[in-house]
Amino acid sequence: MRELAYREALNEALAEEMERDENVFLIGEEVAEYNGAYKVSKGLLERFGARRVIDTPIAEAGFAGISIGAAFTGLRPVVEMMTFNFAILALDMVANHAAKARYMSAGQLSCPIVIRGAGGAGGSLGAQHSQSLEAQYVHIPGLKVMMPSTPHDAKGMLKTAIRDPDPVIFIESEVLYGMKGEVPEEEYLIPMGKGDIKRAGKDVTLISWSRTVHTCLEASAKLAEEGIEAEVLDLRTIRPIDKDLIRESVKKTNRAVVVEEGWPWASVGASVAEFVARDLFDWLDAPVGRVHQRDIPMPYAFNLEPLSLPSVEKIVEAARAACYRK
Amino acid sequence: MAKGSAKKEPKVVGENKASTTPFTPARHEIPYDHLLEAKTDARLGKRLRKELGDDKIVAMFGDMVRLRRFEEQAGRAYQRRKIRGFCHLYIGQEAVAVGTMSALGEADSIVTHYREHGHALARGLSSNGVMAELFGKVDGYARGKGGSMHIFDASRNFYGGWGIVGGQIALGAGVAFANKYRGEKSVCVCFLGEGAIHQGIVHESLNMAAKWRLPLITIIENNRYAMGTSIERISAVTDLTKKAVGYDMFAESVDGQDVFSVHAAVKAAADRANNEGRPSFLEMRTYRYRGHSMTDPSDYRSKEEVEQEQDLRDPIVRLRNWIVANKLKSQDELNAIDDAMDRETKDAVEFADKSEFIDPSELTTDVYVEWPFDIE
Ligand SMILES: Cc1ncc(C[n+]2csc(CCOP(=O)(O)OP(=O)(O)O)c2C)c(N)n1
Repeated sequence: MRELAYREALNEALAEEMERDENVFLIGEEVAEYNGAYKVSKGLLERFGARRVIDTPIAEAGFAGISIGAAFTGLRPVVEMMTFNFAILALDMVANHAAKARYMSAGQLSCPIVIRGAGGAGGSLGAQHSQSLEAQYVHIPGLKVMMPSTPHDAKGMLKTAIRDPDPVIFIESEVLYGMKGEVPEEEYLIPMGKGDIKRAGKDVTLISWSRTVHTCLEASAKLAEEGIEAEVLDLRTIRPIDKDLIRESVKKTNRAVVVEEGWPWASVGASVAEFVARDLFDWLDAPVGRVHQRDIPMPYAFNLEPLSLPSVEKIVEAARAACYRK
Repeated sequence: MAKGSAKKEPKVVGENKASTTPFTPARHEIPYDHLLEAKTDARLGKRLRKELGDDKIVAMFGDMVRLRRFEEQAGRAYQRRKIRGFCHLYIGQEAVAVGTMSALGEADSIVTHYREHGHALARGLSSNGVMAELFGKVDGYARGKGGSMHIFDASRNFYGGWGIVGGQIALGAGVAFANKYRGEKSVCVCFLGEGAIHQGIVHESLNMAAKWRLPLITIIENNRYAMGTSIERISAVTDLTKKAVGYDMFAESVDGQDVFSVHAAVKAAADRANNEGRPSFLEMRTYRYRGHSMTDPSDYRSKEEVEQEQDLRDPIVRLRNWIVANKLKSQDELNAIDDAMDRETKDAVEFADKSEFIDPSELTTDVYVEWPFDIE
């Protein structure tokens, strides 16, 4: 099968959906003439013109809000946030407006908008540019949240997000944009709320999403050397989550470790761990393990950053603990 | 999906009804009108020579050269991966930082953004300490925890380097608020790029600063581009002083490539704040020679445009020419200053290279860590 980079897969999804539906347009900082800060929108201006690929001023709350208003009338805006550190400037528009429209109007309005961009640490970007902020969005009823980990998933998920009738927060990964992977030529969609088994195993379930799925995969290779076969689940959508996928896996392994890049308290991982602990209480042979970023702002110093982020070693250690192995 | 979807079917936008006018114009539709005439006002030069004295003017030349040599070194160190992440060079804009800082006193404060190496050096922070911060080392101003975008020196009222475009103006207004609250006669200078001016927070802050008569000097460094977007493409007005009109705030456009004009404008603004309790909004017309950050190829502007700016308006060349023409120093003497700055900044690289990384035990210092949720 042909290989595409994550950014190219996203680009294809955008192009196909814009081709399919005249109501879809792309808006954000540097998306048009600059081809996107991370080149996700490369070539789209040329192909679709300046009416549908729109450069904005640096005014996240404003252009997110304008897009939300446009979505009420049936347009399908894809709003690129250069990174999610900046997306939170528009959190008011998303939380107080987009997420409320359908419910508050008793279904008269809908808000079919996608807010997408890079999340997570990119490497030595410092405290203000390295945040994993998915928990801010996952908390809010009315939103859906997707975080793809591979080029294949990125394409199929973005197409689904664009077609969804509700506001979808679509968090990409700064460090995955260049990652290559197999992407079929023919069209496909990945359903909202469907996770995926990225590695099958029987001894312990590692549950993750986005970048840390790859850290889990690396860790599972190490664990295999010790005779521990880890199953790696990629949730892909983190609101809603694929409960059945988790149930099936944990009923088989009886052990779970939740791995996330974000901070520990009131996080997505905390909620997933709570779900596992409660829903699968009778099936668990060990407390649910957790791996996450340290509870601190991200340091710039090159020696400190890796100490803060979740690592292969930390995942291996947590998996061993779940298996009562030293 | 159907079950969860809203009742209303989206309207289809008919192709015939669609507007063909682009929302944001393409760059080739924009005339290039940024250049102000590169002429140093002879009367202003004469006046400032009297006010500041020759030594201070020569020192300002040295400061500007220091900023440029420092950034050249930083650029090279970035290529060697000694500096990482986002690194925004200040080359071309030196007159703004030096002209501004030369007009401030010790009690005044500064709040700025991520393109702040020059602001820090002009404020008197050492080349060694700033370079060490860029290298992520313990001898840096934030012990390597901040990085290139986050330089702080509280002892000099240098309240940082902030990375979220626009946010710093509220902080600057807050420092100015505190000055007024305490009844102190000192100002806060806040630097913004012209791209930052469209953030809502800027307008909220300007209104409060004006209404509350805060001693805030807002300096817009209009270097023409916010990343790849020229101001004309995304701003409803290109005369940025108009942005302040709605707040009844004093505003003027200044030739940001002329250190004398910058100095005079900031000095007047400080007097206006201290004596009349009025904030100011100064648009400095400047230009950045390098890419937005180290990874930006700058292909949104022509080589000729950059060369024209360098050839006709370079702030260091202009001050050099003025100093020589007015016989404060000879070319050779100025070359010697340049050599000294070259050495100083090279030494800073060596210093930063030799400095240690912070001890890992400091990972969780300077923050309240919520135990036991930080599982470690
Ligand atoms: C809220 C926010 N949005 C976007 C960015 C990404 N970004 C960093 S600098 C920049 C351009 C800023 O341009 P300008 O204000 O003109 O300052 P300059 O960089 O030219 O000095 C952008 C879009 C950011 N850091 N913060």
